[in-house]
Order: sequence, then C-alpha cells, then structure tokens
Amino acid sequence: MAEEKLKKPEEMFDVSLTPEAGDWMEPAVSFRKGTYCYGAPLKHQRYLDLPNQREWQPGDADWKLPPDWKETILEGMERLIKRHRSFRLFLDICVRCGACADKCHFFIGSGDPKNMPVLRAELLRSVYRRYFTPEGRIFGRYAGARDLTEDVLKEWFYYFFQCTECRRCSVYCPYGIDTCEITMMARELLNLVGCNIQWVIEPASNCFRTGNHLGVPPHAFQETLGFALDELKDLTGIAIEAPINRKGAEVLFVAPSADYFASPHWYTFLGYLMLFHEIGLDYTWSTYASEGGNFGLFHSMELAKRLNAKIYAEAKRLKVKWVLGGECGHMWRTLHQYMDTFNGPADFLEEPVSPLTGTRFENARSTKMVHITEFTADLLYHNKLKLDKSRNDQWKITFHDSCNPARAMGLFEEPRYVIRQTCNHFYEMPENTIREKTFCCGSGAGLGADENMEIRLRGGLPRANAVKYVKEKHGVNMLACICAIDKAALPPLLEYWVPGVGVCGVHELLGNALVMKGGQERTTNLRGEPLTPPDEATDVR
Amino acid sequence: MYLSYSIILILIIIGFSYVAAGLLGCRVLLGIIVPYAAGTIFVVGFVYRVILWARSPVPFHIPAVCGQQISLPWIKSDKIESPHTSWGVVSRMVLEVLLFRSLFRNDRVDINKPERLIYGGNRWLWLGAMIFHWSLLVILLRHLRFFIEPAPGCIEVLQSIDGFFQWPLPALYVTNIFIFLALLYLFGRRLFNPQVRHLSLLSDYFALLLIGSIASTGILMRHFYKVDLMQIKRFSLGILSFDPVTPEGIGTIFYVHLFLVSVLFAYFPFSKLMHMGGVLLSPTRNLMNNSRMKRHINPWDYPVKVHTYEEYEDEFRAAMKEVGLPIEKE
Amino acid sequence: MFDKGKIITGIVIFFIILFIPLWYNAVTGKAGYVPELKTGTDEKECVEKTPYMREKHTELLTRWKEAVVRDGERTYRASNGKTYAMSLTKTCMGCHANKEQFCDRCHNYTSVKPYCWDCHNVPKVARK
Repeated sequence: MAEEKLKKPEEMFDVSLTPEAGDWMEPAVSFRKGTYCYGAPLKHQRYLDLPNQREWQPGDADWKLPPDWKETILEGMERLIKRHRSFRLFLDICVRCGACADKCHFFIGSGDPKNMPVLRAELLRSVYRRYFTPEGRIFGRYAGARDLTEDVLKEWFYYFFQCTECRRCSVYCPYGIDTCEITMMARELLNLVGCNIQWVIEPASNCFRTGNHLGVPPHAFQETLGFALDELKDLTGIAIEAPINRKGAEVLFVAPSADYFASPHWYTFLGYLMLFHEIGLDYTWSTYASEGGNFGLFHSMELAKRLNAKIYAEAKRLKVKWVLGGECGHMWRTLHQYMDTFNGPADFLEEPVSPLTGTRFENARSTKMVHITEFTADLLYHNKLKLDKSRNDQWKITFHDSCNPARAMGLFEEPRYVIRQTCNHFYEMPENTIREKTFCCGSGAGLGADENMEIRLRGGLPRANAVKYVKEKHGVNMLACICAIDKAALPPLLEYWVPGVGVCGVHELLGNALVMKGGQERTTNLRGEPLTPPDEATDVR
Repeated sequence: MYLSYSIILILIIIGFSYVAAGLLGCRVLLGIIVPYAAGTIFVVGFVYRVILWARSPVPFHIPAVCGQQISLPWIKSDKIESPHTSWGVVSRMVLEVLLFRSLFRNDRVDINKPERLIYGGNRWLWLGAMIFHWSLLVILLRHLRFFIEPAPGCIEVLQSIDGFFQWPLPALYVTNIFIFLALLYLFGRRLFNPQVRHLSLLSDYFALLLIGSIASTGILMRHFYKVDLMQIKRFSLGILSFDPVTPEGIGTIFYVHLFLVSVLFAYFPFSKLMHMGGVLLSPTRNLMNNSRMKRHINPWDYPVKVHTYEEYEDEFRAAMKEVGLPIEKE
Repeated sequence: MFDKGKIITGIVIFFIILFIPLWYNAVTGKAGYVPELKTGTDEKECVEKTPYMREKHTELLTRWKEAVVRDGERTYRASNGKTYAMSLTKTCMGCHANKEQFCDRCHNYTSVKPYCWDCHNVPKVARK
C-alpha cells in the first residue's frame, strides 16, 4: 500500500474553480491514488451476504462484474424509482441553475467539475433519462441521456464515493434536491453488482457481528470500560461504576464505538462516565448495541435497517424506559430520521423524561431516543451540575456543526449552550460555514480511510479554512464537535491545514469543568495536561 | 455545441411557423389544430408526470432542516426553517415558491490566495430568477384580457400598473422589459459563467431561447407589427370555448407567437420545466422536522435479516461468562 | 407515505386556476359575444382603408395629435389623395358619433383604455 507523498498545503490549495472546456458526458475517470477507497474484502462481503462477492480493487482494469450487470442495475433503478419519490423527482426537476456548484466541499477543494453536486447527480440522471424517460430514449445525448457502460459505472463509483452525503447543497437548492439521496441511490445500485468500499463494508460487517464497527467483542468492551474507570479514579479520586448489559435500568446509553477506542473520542467517553456518575443516572451500557453509528446507511437502506435493529432490540431485552445517544453525526441522522421507520414503533419504551429535572423530551416522544446534548443542556439550564469553567481556560474554542445533527435535526443551540456553560472562551466561525451552512469534515459517509487522504484533505479544506480564520482572528486552539467521524477526521485535517488547533468533544469540555462530589482537586484536564492558572480567564461570553 | 443546436432548433420552429402561416396559409393547422394538440399534451403530460411522482412513496422522513429544532422549551426553535407544525411547512413552502427562499441563501466562494476562502453574498441569480418568474406571471395574467370576456377589473388594474410609464403608445409594459433583461441575464450566465456553461445541456439553452422568442414576438406584435386585437380575442375565445372560428385578417407574427407558445406547452411535461409542479413535492422541503415525535411509515418496509441477541450471545457466551457479564442462557 | 389526497387536491386546484379561461367564459356566457359597431353614417370609407384603421388607428391618431399640437399642421393627406382636417372630435366623431357604440365596444372588449378622453370632451351628440 505505497502511499503517494502528499502535496504541500500551498500546492494543494492551488485550486481552480473554473472548469476547463470539454464535455462532461464523455465518461472519463482515472483512479489516481489518494482519491479513492479500496474495495471491500471478500470476508466481509460474505459475512453480510452481499451480491456479486469477489476480491477486487477499483484501480483494476477488470472489475469482474457479473455478465448481466447492466440489467441488474437497470432493474435496480426501476425498483428504486418505485420506492423513493425523491429519486424520480430529483432526477426530473433539476434546472441546472448551478446554485449548488460551489457549495460542495469536494468541488471547492478539488476543482473537479464532476464534484459540483449538479453534475454528480447528472452522472446518474443521464442514465435515468436514457432508460426511463421518453425524451431520453428518443433524443439520446441531445436530451442529456447516456448509455450505461462500464466506464459510466466506474465514474459513478469514483464520484459517489467522493460525496459525504452532507446535504449542504440541498440547503441552497431552490427545489431542495438532495445529493445525499442521489448518492444513496447510486451506492445502492453499485452495491447490486458488488462495488463497495472496504471502509464501509468492514465496519458494517463488524457491527453486524459484534455490535460495533471496530469489532470489539463483549469482554474487550468491558475491559476498555475498566481502563476508563481506572483513569477516572486517578484523575478524580472517585470510584465510578458503569453497568453493562444490566436489565431494568431506566436508560440505555448508546454511543459511537470510536468513543471508547479512539482519541480524542476517549475524553468525551470519560466525560459521559463522569456525568452519569455525578447525576446518579440509572443507566446501562450494552455490548450487543455497542454502536450508535451506522455504516449500513452508507451502503443501502436494507443494511442500515439490519444494523439499526439492535438498538431497539436491546432496549426491549434490557427493559429500559428510554434510550440516550452519544455524540455522533450520521448516527443521529439514522436515529432521528430513520430508526423509528426502520424498526419502530418503540411502544415498549416510555416517553423520555429526565429523571433529574422532570423535563419531558416531547420532541422524542415517538422514537424515545434523546441526544446527549439535549439531555445535558437541560441539566445545565436547571443548574443540576456544579461547574468550574476555568478548567477549560487553556482553550479558545470554536464549534463545528456536524452535518447530520445540523441538517437532519437542527441541533444548533443545545451543544452551544453546553459549551458556553462549560467554557469561558467561545468563538463562532464565519456565518456561511456554520449551522445549516456548515461544511463537512470531508470524511463522512464512509470515506474516512487512509488511502484516500488527498481527497479527504481537499474536501476538508473549506472547514479547515474557516477554522484558520478564527485561529488567526481570535487565537482559537480547540475545535469542539459532536461527531465521532469529525473527531477522527479533523485532527489530521487541521494538522495539515491549520496546525495548532486540536479537536475535542463537547462532553470532554463538560467532563473537564464538572466539579464532582467527593472528588479531589484536579491538577490536569482529562487529557492529563496541566490546568492553566485561572487568572487568565478574561473573555467571558 | 448544445448552444448552436438549440439556436438552430429555435430558428427551425420560427421558420416553420412563418412559412406555414405566412406563405402557405396553413391557418387552421397553426391556429386551431396545433394549439389544441399542444394543450392536450400539456394537460395529459403534466398530470401523467405528477402521477409518476405520486405513485412512488416517500418512505423516509428526510426534511433538510435549516433552523433550530424544537426541543427544550427554553430554546427558541425556528418555526419555518425547521417546521414542526403544518403552518410552519406551509410557510416554508410559500417562501420557497413565491420568494425562492433557498436561492436567496446563495453565496459564492472565492479563492483568495494565499490560502483564504471568501464567501460573498451572491444574490444575482435569485434576483434574476425572481424577476423572470414574477414577470412571467404578470404577463400571463395580463393575457387574460384576451382569454376571458368580460375581462375583470383586477386584470385592467394590473395592466395599468404594469404600463405606468404611459409611454410610448401603446404603453411599454415594465414586465416586458424585466423579463427580457432577466432572460438575457439567465442566458448570459449560461454562456459566460464557466461552471454553469460546463453543466448546461441543450434543453437549458432551448428553454430560455423558447421563452425569449415568445416574449420577443409578443413585444414585436405590440409595438411594431400591429395586429387586430378584435380578431385575436374573437379567435382565442373561440378556441377556449371549443367553438373555434377560422382566424381571419391576423398578421403572420401572431401565428409565430402562437406556434412558439404551443411548442412551449407541448414541451413542458417532458422537460425540466416540470419543476413548477415538482417543487411542491420535494420531501426535503415539505416535511415537518418532527421525525422523533411522530412515526413515519414506510409502505414497502420488509423484514430484514438481523443478527439477533441470541446469535450474538451464542458466539460470545463463554467469554462473557468468564468476565462476569450478565448472560441470558447458561 | 403517498399523500395522494394532497397531490390530487393540488392538481385539481392547479387546473382550476389554469382553466380560468374555460370556465369563466362558460359562467359569463359571453364567449360568443362579438362587439357590433354602429357608425351612424352613410360614408362608405374612413380616412384610410378599414384593415389599416383596425390595426393602426392608434398610431394615426397619435401622429395627428403631434402634428396639430406641436407643428400646427391641421390637414391630413390620406393615401388615396383626399385631405381631411386632423380632428378627433370633428373628423372622426363626425361619422363615429357615438363613442359608446363605436370606440368603447372594441376597447372594452380588448381592455384597451385610450387616453383620448383625458383631454377631449366627448361630443354632446354622442352622449345621449
């Protein structure tokens, strides 16, 4: 796996958003290292019973497609058209006004015109026209229609695995055309002939088997939780307990698995544990549902449903009253917009009520799952926690709205409230890059692999550039976010574009600031870094 | 290439109608048969296209949320951009359809070297689109004076506002100028904005040229090649009451205008112009952000193969037992 | 979730609006109405030929107005060589005496509001 040497940031920044003349309808794609992800390994294709299983790589000349691949794709398209109104509608009504063109982080970062959302969709649309509309059948390319060829399929693969389903373009589209929908459909189609990537299939297969993307078996989960509790004992002097698979608890807590295995997610994980101990929450972790994230969503609706089923099944088995979910992006897209439809109704659960404040989470009354920042913001609003903000004073913080909590949920104020309550220095990035207009980290939707680092860095450029702006203007040195993929993707991204800015979770900030009953004087933050003297706290926002 | 083809196509359409009506005198064909055919294609095609969309369900609840959700009572939610009531959705759709809310958000990214991305407001497209669509609507409404008898006062008021210059004679309509400028802008964008030029297809140029030709022939008819309005109104009322009279004594330009309009109507259901109906069906805009409040049903939902807890415990039981994790079966 | 009811309602409303010209005329029953003009004169021809007058009387009157008001010119030489006094109330309305039965019929039919009467008085003969 020889990695090509990455360009320097200045060279990488040298992007032109002016497409060269030429006809995009000629399929042309070269699988250059650094821009695409590896194919899915056979073992995991088998475990998930995926179609057309084989060892393959996108860079191969022969993709070993089944002989009837074309019919399979076209039948698949017909099925998707029947199942999803969005598919035919979005393919029919685009007027190619170009408003979406420079809204895509991959286009801004790469200048590749086929990364303009409209053209990305047009890759699929041209085939749809050719086989499913009278004008396309009759007039062919004059009606913008293309034959489905192997080159077109390769182009699909290349560009639909160069979309992070962040939905930013949809915000700007006058008809709300959602490239995420288009990409999901295209990926479903690619899947039918066995074209998918390792970084999606392997976690999905792991999750199916062990309950989490990383493939952590139950005993290892218990062990890692034990490490965290030991670490917290050293830090706070308190012996914290964290029940696993306990029946009859009030709340089932589900977090993305990266939280208990990766860094800087780990400190967010510590933050959860401290919070739950401090408020005496009657809760449990689960090993079977030890993953909130859902890489099935980046594959097909069916696989998303298969993986998602565990959460309700486990909630039912453990006889909890409701479910609380950790900091994660696409996990919350699934939980907020899909779970109830996939695997509901959750009539065996109760409408979530905070045991401390009595707040009913009416916005979750059907799905019965609450976002941790909603839960914590409510605690803070009712002054249920004692905080020492100065413990976060070494950081000037900005907040990155993760695509999915932003554009699927509208979760803007809850995390900001938690940050403002736990930190003294908080600065917003420029308006065009936050909230519903937030830029993706460039690594979502299963693209967080190593082999496609160049395109990840390019895709992350707009986000990093906004961070750079607040770094230069306000001296920001820490970026808070509520997404596990962000926490994995942003550190290398910022290291590359804006060295000197770290990444943390919102509940890491809470964990730092939380003054615990019976706890010892803290000399370090959760990361083990010494706390700065409190007299530097000046800018109170 | 697409540009030249679309120009040629328009020229053929204009040329055909000019020759057929002016030189060959096929007035019944152009004045009666073609408009009826085009009208039928439009109505049937439009309904058919909408039915095609309507036949597919919206299986998942996928609004694109552009404002604060409703959650805790002390956090102010955005009732329009993140609607949780029917009124919110209606307001959102009204803003979208009448004022092009999403397009108003448009900004433009510029790469300022070294290493800075600048986001500037870019509302020109919004302005051009607003002017174009609203002018088109006013022009259509103004045309009602030829289609209905007696023309109601509100149409006359609209007409007098639109022609408030009172100059020259007959008065120049503001919307005629507006639509022309807007079309020029929209067309110019397709030619000179490299991104838009790259992605434009034949139909993109064609639609603009077609509407532009309709507007031009209309303006020519009003100000330069006068036609007998009496005859035109008689003729159009005949068509609309399904009692067509053979048009007499109307200038060729009218037939060209009418033929272009017929082409537009017939072309409409097979083109991107269907965005007129489609925007209302867009599931990212017309759904409430109440996904966790109310269960959305997927009509084609089917059972899937899952990995049950029992299967899971079977695989890991020994290890779980060893470390003391609770298990279901010994 | 199909929302069939809403979509059908939407289509129906759309076509009700679009078909205003169809049902409106049916309701008013005026679709077949053709304004009849009464000239009230025995003259056989106007200052120019009838088709020309139908399409271009606006321009002709405008030219007359400008000739009289700006240039003080008061005589019009028609294309057939005859001369007429350029006067709306005298020449035109000498024959087309009744505004309501002549001018207004067509002008109301096509919703064209001329500003002749902003300045000119409607001659008394015609007013009865």
